[in-house]
Amino acid sequence: MATVIELPVELFKGPVDPDWCPGCGDFAVLKGVQTAAAKLGITPENLLVVSGIGCSSNLPGFLHAYGIHSLHGRAVPVATGAHLANTDLKCVITGGDGDGYGIGIGHLLHAMRRNLDVTYIVMDNQIYGLTTGQTSPTTGVGQKTKSTPQGNHENPLNPLALAITAGATFVARAFSGEPKHMADTISAAIQHKGFSLVDIFSPCVTYNKVNTYPFFKERVYKLEDENWDRTDFHASLAKAFEWGDKIPLGVVYETDMPTYEDSELAFKKGALVKQSLKTDPKVWANIVEEMI
Amino acid sequence: MQEVTVGIAGAAGDGLDKSGDTLAKSCSRLGLHVYAYNCYQSIIRGGHIWLRVRIGENKVYSHGDNLNVLVALNQDSIERHSLEVEEGGAVLFNSDRLTCEPSQVRAGVQIVGLPMKKITEEVVKEHGALLPIMQNTVAMGAAAYFANVGLEEPSSVLADTFAHKGQKVIDLNVSLLKVGYEFAKANFKPVTKEWKFTNKKRCFLTGNEAIAIGAYAAGCKFYSAYPMTPASTILHWMANHANETGICVKQCEDELSVINMAIGAGIAGARSMCATAGGGFALMTEAVGMAGIMEVPVVCVEVQRGGPSTGLPTKTEQADLWQVYGASQGEFPRLIVAPRDIVDCFNTTVDVFNLADRYQLPVLLMSDLLLSEHPETVDPEVFNGNPVIDRGEIVSEWPESKGKFKRFKFTESGISPRALPGTANTAFVSASDEQDEESILISDMFTSPATRRKIMDKRGRKIENLLKELPAPVLEGPADADLTLVCWGSTWGTVKEAAELLTAQGIKTNLLNIKYIAPFHAKEVEAILSKAKKKISVEVNYTSQMARFIKGETGISMDAHINRYDGEPMEPLYVVEHVKRIVAGVALDYDVTEAEAKDMAYHYIRTHAQEKLRPTAATRESSNGHGEPTWNVELSERATGKLAARMKVGVSTGATYSFEKLAEEK
Repeated sequence: MATVIELPVELFKGPVDPDWCPGCGDFAVLKGVQTAAAKLGITPENLLVVSGIGCSSNLPGFLHAYGIHSLHGRAVPVATGAHLANTDLKCVITGGDGDGYGIGIGHLLHAMRRNLDVTYIVMDNQIYGLTTGQTSPTTGVGQKTKSTPQGNHENPLNPLALAITAGATFVARAFSGEPKHMADTISAAIQHKGFSLVDIFSPCVTYNKVNTYPFFKERVYKLEDENWDRTDFHASLAKAFEWGDKIPLGVVYETDMPTYEDSELAFKKGALVKQSLKTDPKVWANIVEEMI
Repeated sequence: MQEVTVGIAGAAGDGLDKSGDTLAKSCSRLGLHVYAYNCYQSIIRGGHIWLRVRIGENKVYSHGDNLNVLVALNQDSIERHSLEVEEGGAVLFNSDRLTCEPSQVRAGVQIVGLPMKKITEEVVKEHGALLPIMQNTVAMGAAAYFANVGLEEPSSVLADTFAHKGQKVIDLNVSLLKVGYEFAKANFKPVTKEWKFTNKKRCFLTGNEAIAIGAYAAGCKFYSAYPMTPASTILHWMANHANETGICVKQCEDELSVINMAIGAGIAGARSMCATAGGGFALMTEAVGMAGIMEVPVVCVEVQRGGPSTGLPTKTEQADLWQVYGASQGEFPRLIVAPRDIVDCFNTTVDVFNLADRYQLPVLLMSDLLLSEHPETVDPEVFNGNPVIDRGEIVSEWPESKGKFKRFKFTESGISPRALPGTANTAFVSASDEQDEESILISDMFTSPATRRKIMDKRGRKIENLLKELPAPVLEGPADADLTLVCWGSTWGTVKEAAELLTAQGIKTNLLNIKYIAPFHAKEVEAILSKAKKKISVEVNYTSQMARFIKGETGISMDAHINRYDGEPMEPLYVVEHVKRIVAGVALDYDVTEAEAKDMAYHYIRTHAQEKLRPTAATRESSNGHGEPTWNVELSERATGKLAARMKVGVSTGATYSFEKLAEEK
């Protein structure tokens, strides 16, 4: 493996400053992605950050790297296409809980079962922020939002348990109130070969008055401090359900499995974008012959 | 010019498509031209499948109106099609199981019962018991005799077809073919004269295959799809050839994923394509606009089938023009193009990859079930495997000294040189939000109206320039025609033949086929149509979408419309008869015909008589108390032929007024 040359974090400073609300958890996530990329020596031209729509999906515009700010819920397929076209790039998908777990859940499940070698970072604020505060797939039961004034009466989705069962090979959680731990977790996720999901508690200071910084500060603890065995599928699945007074942060599950890219024949001659566009004359002759 | 049409009818699962292929490929290799059309239903086993193979010494442009040889694989097929066989023709069937009475054919038609058991005795002795499907090969041998194409070429096609199964299987099939051929030769006359075989070997392929092959020739590296008839065979071709072509073929979870993946691959710099039917395209529409605003080259094939909704999954229609034209919110440059035949499918696909790259826009290539699934002979020279590949303006190097790279630079041409991710110093964000020249969003903090206007102008200039380089439509046929038929897509072939027939019959007719829909040659089309004496649109849809589109773009209305929206493609005589009625001033009607009344009865008895009956006669009655004339359809028992029921079908509305079972005799 090539020696990693760390890069200055400032290299990843974007052309404009983020326009998130002051105090938004997403600032820390942006910093976390920049820190991880710098530490891993991924140059801006070799980093592709793909998002959907939502407050957090504006992230690619706020850092210096290639970005795709795609449609609501479609970050995963757009990223999949871009990644498969150029596997030499590091592909990081970023977005919110509505984007990834609501409208885009179908794509997420299939990307995980394919074990694509990409990293998906979900800024989970348990609310729809950009549309001014409606319930999300991770909003707690009973929580009052603009769309659930009587209180939310749908069970929240458990992203970690879902990821473990769907076939993701790296499943972790982080918190914007723990920026160093978060940057380390993102680094580990990017380094992992296979699909990595990092669910990040990124509080919405404007529209979610329940899942606040203090709410998480009182409850979170780090699995790394407890020598957690991240390789045990069943124990990890059980751990993913831990919620309430104590909420775990860190890598819940990791396993080593073949990736989609490993078995894709089209990559045997390298990244698609670097291959010749010309047909192989022998192949062409056979194609015409088989039609006769 | 000599031609012959062989029809093969049976149920799904009877293997008749393979039989048709054997005959068609044999003719193709002998230097004849072939056009085949398979009429089938959304069913894997059962139903009624009707394959027509039209063979000619000259190029044939449609499946035509004639039937000379019928190969019937079940009783139903004899009942439905034997009367269509023309004088001098032949009806072939297994006489061990099926019957065909002289009353079921026209005068001068040969009734060819094949005594399967008897004539295959020797083959069974040598090879063992036959599978039921192998009777098709015997029938094809007989059909080869009637079509006068000899035994040698069909035998060689079978040898190729079964090459992977070994010599024994080849020998078995060739012996069966010979048995059928020799039996027919000993007892009957061929239905055609001697052919002038040129022995020029031609390719025999469908429109979908032509599109897939065109994509490979054009350097397509990424293909994504979700299975949906009639687009699936592009996926099958791509998957079957992925190993040697090196194309990354991805079956996705849904069509949303399909097009978004293709767009992602396009941004990253791979030539990418996806394909779907109308229903799948409905799911894709949001992403089409994203490719427009992000200026991403991507090719999306929309194969139309009978709609709306799930509609007629295995039937043809040209009713998605509005959907494709209106796909996605907002206004953005895109190319919408409808190739007219199989050669055009190949050439257009090659061209649009270059246009997509050079103009950085989504291309929506419109096909339809007929074009996508019908196979036709094409000269192999058409398939250029080494076409010009023009990727347009791509920035491969950008020294820091050049300053900030502007992905959406406002240029005179409207085309902004693009950079691919991985290039140093050109990092940018492709956004579905509106952006400025430097790809910074203008949608949230400061929506500068001038910036917005200028980026719209920039994208708009691309389409103006694109239009200038696209060839404008031209009139085909006599310039001084009395009548101009206007068509688009696969209907061209039928309309071309119809125009020639009409001209030969004294109604001088030419045609105008529209290939490029967006951008549209409004001035050129207006100039042509404003001089046309009488204009008639011919479309396989209900609302004459192209005619309305042309009116919107040019202000010119058609004088009349010919439509078909029953799931079947038009035949030349369909167009000719309708034109004649229009010319004579007779109002067009789409009333139920006698044959259609029987056809409706077939559908009805499936549920109401458990398929035990069959329609034997239909009489038109005028006075009946239903407010319209009706067809009185007589239904007889399949087993005994005894009259068992009557049903009345409205001639105008098609309503089933009554279904009356006759009292059984004691």
